[in-house]
Amino acid sequence: MSGQIRSEWPLYEVFIRGKRGLNHVHVGSVHAADGQMALRHARDVYTRRNEGVSIWVVPSTEIIASSPGEKDPLFAPSGDKAYRHPTFYEIPDNVPHM
Amino acid sequence: MSSAVAEPQLEAEFEAIVGHKDRIEPRDWMPEAYRKTLIRQVAQHAHSEIIGMQPEGNWIGRAPSLRRKAILLAKVQDEAGHGLYLYSAAETLGTSRNELTELLIAGKQKYSSIFNYPTLSYTDVGTIGWLVDGAAICNQVPLCRTSFGPYGRAMIRICKEESFHQRQGFELLMTMMRGTQEQRDMVQESVNRFWWPALMMFGPPDDASPNTEQSMAWGIKTHTNDELRQKFVDMSVPQAEALGVTFPDPELKWNAERGHYDFGTPDWDEFWDVVKGNGPCNAQRLAHRKRAWDEGAWVREAALAFAAKESKENHA
Ligand SMILES: [Fe+2]
Ligand SMILES: [Fe+2]
Repeated sequence: MSGQIRSEWPLYEVFIRGKRGLNHVHVGSVHAADGQMALRHARDVYTRRNEGVSIWVVPSTEIIASSPGEKDPLFAPSGDKAYRHPTFYEIPDNVPHM
Repeated sequence: MSSAVAEPQLEAEFEAIVGHKDRIEPRDWMPEAYRKTLIRQVAQHAHSEIIGMQPEGNWIGRAPSLRRKAILLAKVQDEAGHGLYLYSAAETLGTSRNELTELLIAGKQKYSSIFNYPTLSYTDVGTIGWLVDGAAICNQVPLCRTSFGPYGRAMIRICKEESFHQRQGFELLMTMMRGTQEQRDMVQESVNRFWWPALMMFGPPDDASPNTEQSMAWGIKTHTNDELRQKFVDMSVPQAEALGVTFPDPELKWNAERGHYDFGTPDWDEFWDVVKGNGPCNAQRLAHRKRAWDEGAWVREAALAFAAKESKENHA
């Protein structure tokens, strides 16, 4: 970056709630000078056809992400715990509603 | 971080993901050439959407009714949105929208040649919607399954919107075909001008497209240029019949053996000439984009200065 003149509007990640009852889902990003402008840009870019009832914008630099590699041990604790799944348990067919 | 993992192993993991037709995501390791190819392709695609606003934007102020004007305005606004979805996807590869815009303005990155042809009459708005957006749909539908996640997701969003673009164009032409003989002649004349450039939108023939093989191996492309061009011809002929126009190609005819239409060869010399910058509107399109970029600079700077001032006051 070569000073103020050349600097770009920061990037915001955009999350949209498609309709009541659903989670906000990441849809992409926009550039904006501040959060309020990011909301307006997100509305114009991502909801031209009633795609949302609520928008979140978050500065991209504020996202804390896990590392992507498969070698990453982050998800290892859940890998060997088959007993957390209902299919681990054998129940006879004649037991109803289970 | 996985920087300790040796490159051959990372490459093997990348190949495995691509081989399973699974998606590569931005923070995954990827070969430099894959990243470069994608940046080039996604940027070119984004630039096409943005430059593509100009030929049709040319007619917004002269649309024949408020209904047509509202439609055209919405269509051109969609194209701006498409450009932004795609710049957003490109940015996940470690480039920036400003950088890409400056490369475009400097003539170092391309956009689709089709937008270097002029829109001589309002009829061209209809022809562009039908044939140019139609060709774009042919190209874009398979790209929804491209191997790079953010690119594929941008394409899904775009494809959902393109159908309106094509239908409004076809409806416009249909309306004119129900009008006077002079209006019907205008439609035929417009179709005559756009047919061959639309066929060129799929890129050079396969034997002159050296990057296709690698792009297909990486799952970036899933069909060759010639396959998509054939598909477009097959789709368009019955539409032209329904409309009551012909395409300016004496070699165009059904081939029962192949189960496809045979068609003539586009003028590839003209194609390369336009790619090199010598089309009817190349200079005008770039000059317009540069003017908009330069004249918008003070707005970008003022908004940043205002945001900085606000945040200072809020933290005081
Ligand atoms: Fe588009
Ligand atoms: Fe379009």
